[in-house]
Amino acid sequence: MKRIYSIEDACIGCHLCEVACITEHSKSKDPIKAFLHEAERPIARCTVEEIDGGVVSFSTNCRHCDEPDCLRACISGAIQKLDDGRVFMDTEKCVGCWSCVMACPYGAVQRNLEKKKGNKCDLCPDRKSPACVDACPNRALVYKEGNQK
Amino acid sequence: MKYVIIGNSVAATGAIRSIRNQDDKGSITVLSRENRIAYGRPLISYLLGGTITEKKMAYLPEDFYAKNSVDLRLSAEVVAVDSKKKQVKLSSNETIAFDKLLIATGGDPFVPPIEGLQGKKKIFTFTTWDDAAKLKELAYDIKRVVVIGGGLIGLKAAEGLYQIDKKVTIIELADRILSAAFDRTAGRIVAKKMKANGIDVITEDTVVKIEGEGAEITGVTLKSGDFIPCDTVIVAIGVRPAASFLSGSGIEVNRGVVVDDRMETSVKGIFAAGDVAEAADFFTKSKNPMPIWPDAYIQGDVAGAAMAGSEKGYAGGLAMNSIELFKVPTISMGITNPQDEKKFEILTYLDQEKYQYRKVVLQGKIVVGAVLVGAVDRAGIFAGLIREKVDVTPFKGQLLATDFGFAQLTKEIRSTLFAPQGKVA
Repeated sequence: MKRIYSIEDACIGCHLCEVACITEHSKSKDPIKAFLHEAERPIARCTVEEIDGGVVSFSTNCRHCDEPDCLRACISGAIQKLDDGRVFMDTEKCVGCWSCVMACPYGAVQRNLEKKKGNKCDLCPDRKSPACVDACPNRALVYKEGNQK
Repeated sequence: MKYVIIGNSVAATGAIRSIRNQDDKGSITVLSRENRIAYGRPLISYLLGGTITEKKMAYLPEDFYAKNSVDLRLSAEVVAVDSKKKQVKLSSNETIAFDKLLIATGGDPFVPPIEGLQGKKKIFTFTTWDDAAKLKELAYDIKRVVVIGGGLIGLKAAEGLYQIDKKVTIIELADRILSAAFDRTAGRIVAKKMKANGIDVITEDTVVKIEGEGAEITGVTLKSGDFIPCDTVIVAIGVRPAASFLSGSGIEVNRGVVVDDRMETSVKGIFAAGDVAEAADFFTKSKNPMPIWPDAYIQGDVAGAAMAGSEKGYAGGLAMNSIELFKVPTISMGITNPQDEKKFEILTYLDQEKYQYRKVVLQGKIVVGAVLVGAVDRAGIFAGLIREKVDVTPFKGQLLATDFGFAQLTKEIRSTLFAPQGKVA
């Protein structure tokens, strides 16, 4: 399956992947509206990590594992592995127990505290390639066929 | 190939998927003693508390059994296993033949003999959907509840009852609640929050007699002599592997069904997984029952692979719990409360006012346990460090940081995880 790979040396720590992710998962899909006017601003599903003022920076994201630890830990059955390989979280079913947060070794499930639901990458099903990848100005995020490990 | 699975919860699910990964022809029969579809067992406290409806109890997509060609039989309780004839017997006397058998019956609540317990109506255990449903049904007639046992099940039951406005008292024999899953500090933080919500917690005491005439309960008498008035009692002392039906089968049962690292029992072709099994521990490799949800899935997965004829190693059971109690999220994993403290190094951060606590337990250069209370985000990174036995020396000083993440780890780890060699041009 196609996965997102993150190349640390190319990351400039601009956080545009997070902005693009929030925008894509907003109601309007418009960054200004999403950030300023919508009642519920989505939480970015990718996380840019930085230390030493940006000397190290890179974007972490869901690996859509072949054998997802999040799925194995999920007590409600909200997390499913779809036929196309995507690891999908059904937020309707999620009860916010954070078992996926406990289990994911990639730290790739966020907590949406307002809704009390887990939040994770869906690989942007409405797009040809994920919004974070398209937004990255230095091709630090690559979307291509590949294995998890 | 005829696969028979006794039990219909998470271990069975792991096994079904794993079998079907390799064998789409063999027949799979699932026998469940409950008259319920597969459900998220830990959800029963959410159901009791009214935070979810019955509709949301379903653990699997509706088409799961059809898609995987599974013959699911509910209310089918297995009473005996004949290892030689390779068949199981149901309570209806029907026999079902198997080539490969998986025992995934989970646990049964343990109810000790307590004076006055017999014949009382409102005494419950709290491990099944039916338990929660019965409690809900009688909720109008419940005012004060005594919960015996301050472990995870007892506390989740207490929380559910609290959410439907019942007055709850917890009686715990040990000197603190959550003594099995948590360390003292984390237990204290949760206890403090519970008391703030009006839950009475009594420690170092136990119920010696349930009082009341006929079927009615008027209260309980404690060992200390105290009397606690109540109309309902929940027994939540613990669960035991549900393996009693295996007597006479020749399958080795210690505390649980003893299995090797393929989840095979002492009888070839018969496997066990989940809370009923006694498999190797991640750290010591000694065999213990480990009633842990994700571990049950993994064991089911390993068993299913072996049943279908391939090998999948079992790394050993790693305890982990993510439980929110009274709005305090907690995650604990691995060795959280080492007995012999000299062998371990313990790092902690505590802000009791804000219900924040972090603890990391190190043995030499590797992390062997972690407890997070409050900010539990990205706890799984610790699970990864534990499982992969990563040398944390280079970033040991950062382990307690609330923004702890991959940036503090080595570049090598980051590239291995997020951009494996050869994957990216």
